[in-house]
Amino acid sequence: MMYTDKVIEHFRHPHNQGKLPDYSAVGKVGNIVCGDVMWLYIKVDKDESGREVISDISWETFGCTAAIATSSMVSELAKGKTLEEAIAITNRDVADELGGLPPVKLHCSALAADALNEAIYNYLKKAGREIPEMLEKRHAHIAKEMESLEKRYAAFLQAQEAAKEKEG
Amino acid sequence: MKRKIYLDNSATTPVAPEVLEAMMPYFAGAYGNASSLHSFGQEARRAIEEARAQIAEILGVDPKEIFFTSGATEADNLAIKGLALADPRRRHIITSQIEHHAVLHPCMWLEKQGYEITYLEVDQFGRVDPEAVRAAIRDDTLLVSVMAGNNEIGTLEPIEEIGRICREEGIPLHTDAVQAFGKVRLPMEAIDLLSVSAHKLNGPKGVGFLYVRKGLKLIPLLHGGGHERGLRSGTENTPGIVGLAAAARLAFSEMDEVAARLRDYRVRLIEEIGKIPGTRLNGHPTDSLPHIVNFSFAGIEGESLVMRLDEHGIAASTGSACSSPNLEPSHVLKAIKVPLAMAHGSLRISTGRSTKPEDIDALLSILPGVVEDLRAISPFKVGE
Repeated sequence: MMYTDKVIEHFRHPHNQGKLPDYSAVGKVGNIVCGDVMWLYIKVDKDESGREVISDISWETFGCTAAIATSSMVSELAKGKTLEEAIAITNRDVADELGGLPPVKLHCSALAADALNEAIYNYLKKAGREIPEMLEKRHAHIAKEMESLEKRYAAFLQAQEAAKEKEG
Repeated sequence: MKRKIYLDNSATTPVAPEVLEAMMPYFAGAYGNASSLHSFGQEARRAIEEARAQIAEILGVDPKEIFFTSGATEADNLAIKGLALADPRRRHIITSQIEHHAVLHPCMWLEKQGYEITYLEVDQFGRVDPEAVRAAIRDDTLLVSVMAGNNEIGTLEPIEEIGRICREEGIPLHTDAVQAFGKVRLPMEAIDLLSVSAHKLNGPKGVGFLYVRKGLKLIPLLHGGGHERGLRSGTENTPGIVGLAAAARLAFSEMDEVAARLRDYRVRLIEEIGKIPGTRLNGHPTDSLPHIVNFSFAGIEGESLVMRLDEHGIAASTGSACSSPNLEPSHVLKAIKVPLAMAHGSLRISTGRSTKPEDIDALLSILPGVVEDLRAISPFKVGE
């Protein structure tokens, strides 16, 4: 498996890592049992023409090289963008900007786009604002995926719990 | 340029200079086909039979019990499928959950053909209980296959006890000794079939052997010119076989000394890496191969860890899901019930005959910082 130079560069020197002290909203996606977790923090402010923009962004990620590189890249792509523009960022954009990802790692770019989606969704929700249909749909899809993941691993986790109890 | 440090010797090893030297005459000089009648062929035949005799002597077995193969994967397949084909009425195989895929996958394939396979559980260190082997044996059991030492966590299996039980019950015991051969003494009297690969012991890739106890009948997987007394057709890989024997001789001549050195490294790694918070040792602390040690680090993912170490010129490996093509964490870590989150953050360090104390120093000076760095960008903070 080979990563592009761009992936390696972002992995070695990730941009916008850490937790924003004064974030407006956070998007949390992934599941530790499957090995990738991404928390994306956004700070939303109005620009001079009164549009809402992502004035600052950061992330915390548990995951592989690709997960860290896509976290870094999605934060670069979304920084300074209006909410509308940021909503339009897809996993394809993230992977393309990195010069592509190995097929087995494409889900990492999906996770990055999902985290951004969820952060914006949570921001609008918290502000009691209307949620664009596309964003609502993607949110429902992400929630469903998280649920199926949890189900998929519930049996395994149960078995582990049982084993733990047995060990006392 | 920064010095590179290789701590992935259970993946493969460099060919030792004396092994390479032993092989060299058989590429372009003594290139004969060992099946040919003329002097070219006889020269190759002599080299191969000498190699066979040397390996047999090391193991204390008869040269007729050594069959050269393309490596341990082939040897494992030949032992399992070859025996199954030879004794088709026996439809049950006993193995363990922590075998190498070269044993597990032939078993799973046979399962699809209607065989029943018992995959024995292991304890928290990865050890098979010999009494569980006895309990699993049935009237139609064909074979017991349990590895000598595990390739991911290093744990040694109680092969002697398992072999004794198999002997009592009249069932042959196969052991994949890829990591153990040349590192620890093997109880050959307890073993009926044994797989070995050259490239794990400073020999060349693409060659290995299967030891088959006299009297055991196997059906070949490869049919052709009837090489290896009909069990493995295909023109013998003369330089490879010579290299395998040279590597085996080298490993056994220095085994005690090298094993003691590697064991010291292992003790030191366990002691020092154990000081990093949120660390777990996977495998047995002492009842282990000397050269393999495996840790998990909470809050971080193994592939990232391996890539960060690689930036510093250090080569190691991981059983993390992200490093595997099917995104499943290692079956060995699952079998010893490493919590899934920790299984994702595993690191295997495997030393070899050329590992120096300075290499261990370098790893120990770099690893804590790398772990800290990755934890700083992880949502899961250790100790919170």
